[in-house]
Amino acid sequence: MLKQEDGKWLLSAPVADEDVMQLKAGERVFISGKIYTGRDAAHKRLIEALNRGEASPFDLQGQIIYYVGPSPTKPGQAIGACGPTTSYRMDAYAPLLIEKGLKVMIGKGMRAQTVKDAMTKHKAAYLAATGGAGALLAKAVKEARVIAYDDLGPEAIRELVVENLPAIVINDVFGADLYEMGVKAYRLAV
Amino acid sequence: MAIREIDTSLLRDAIASMAVEINHTLPADVERALIDAKSREVSPQGLQVLDELIENAGIAKEGVFPLCQDTGFAVVFLEVGQDVHFLGANLKEAIEEGIRKGYKEGYLRKSICHPFTRKNTSDNTPAVIHTEIVPGDRVKLTLVAKGGGSENMSRVTMLAPSDGWEGVKRFVVKRAEEAGSNPCPPIIVGVGIGGTFEKAALLAKKALLRNVGEPSADPEVARMEQELFEAINALGVGPQGLGGRVTALGVLVEMMPCHIASLPVAVNIQCHSARHKSVVI
Ligand code: SF4
Repeated sequence: MLKQEDGKWLLSAPVADEDVMQLKAGERVFISGKIYTGRDAAHKRLIEALNRGEASPFDLQGQIIYYVGPSPTKPGQAIGACGPTTSYRMDAYAPLLIEKGLKVMIGKGMRAQTVKDAMTKHKAAYLAATGGAGALLAKAVKEARVIAYDDLGPEAIRELVVENLPAIVINDVFGADLYEMGVKAYRLAV
Repeated sequence: MAIREIDTSLLRDAIASMAVEINHTLPADVERALIDAKSREVSPQGLQVLDELIENAGIAKEGVFPLCQDTGFAVVFLEVGQDVHFLGANLKEAIEEGIRKGYKEGYLRKSICHPFTRKNTSDNTPAVIHTEIVPGDRVKLTLVAKGGGSENMSRVTMLAPSDGWEGVKRFVVKRAEEAGSNPCPPIIVGVGIGGTFEKAALLAKKALLRNVGEPSADPEVARMEQELFEAINALGVGPQGLGGRVTALGVLVEMMPCHIASLPVAVNIQCHSARHKSVVI
């Protein structure tokens, strides 16, 4: 679901094709509700399971995945520090998840053309959260519980309940890339 | 000179407390550099990121959440005075015990795993330990918590002597450009020039221990740092790669002579979460 309130884009799962169509590169978005974590090892396992014809531990349709491996949770807290990890390491796996209905990925750093093509084809978007702002981003996480691959420790899949998690649209369904736009706008001739 | 005896438990305890401290407190020079960077940044998104990073440092300092969820690979630099005699547990074991303790009790993430099975060692060891014997009877202990995202963007190359300074500059600037948004810019760029293949990498890592904003004492090297700093910040990558003038907070170069056949260059990329600290025992 995507709505605009006081000039702010508010996003929550399930995300529909029409929602993704409105997310343009450069827009700031605040995410609330349930999202899922996953990084290198969880993606590898998830894809292997899907390739064997098994079900995903959570329904991918319309969902949001956050590439993060949080630091351990201290007593009394919902989670540890939880900023994004670098996304290119998930490039090999992302197209299949997008094909299976994944709508939004949150991470940091550039994506491969194969991922951008899958986003355009199946209507998905890639957002970035601020890398290295793990303490600040932890404040947006209200609940966290491991739902799969517990043995992977920080890499286990968690279901998070977030409130206004700030992110910015990097790749939209129209093929725009904020990283490319940014460099073009600010590069100086030397 | 009399022999000074030091129990390695002192090093263990120092490492344990430093592990927690560096993951919650940005070095003062880095925090200063983030604040100063605001006056150079013209992109609204870049300014927003710098504000977030300054706010993040403030939250981490309260001691609940570390600066970043990637609490790093523990890299230890040991300068051991040649008049020191260690007592107690062996040095490596004492240091790794300190890492285990700090990462466990500080709720820091354990990020070290087998290269292929990817099985986590679960206590953030082994550490990478660089030891140097120096004159005197003291031990200087430095702990770095090196994040994986920025380490992944680092490179070593062996240029031809004919490539010269222009070749070095091209390599370093291209590295920052290709790294782009991946290593959480604004970055600090450590550059090692000369020595051998492995020494260049070590020089680059050691360069990152220097204070950002303080040029090298060698005027020739200081000029190179300035030139690289300007070229990297002209790239337009900006904070988080969203576009802007602040791609690097600083460029730190260490240089030494090399073989007549070689021109080794290493670039060690450090993210803004530049966690390190030294103590002298
Ligand atoms: S590159 Fe640095 S700031 Fe970014 S996630 Fe890794 S450790 Fe944290």
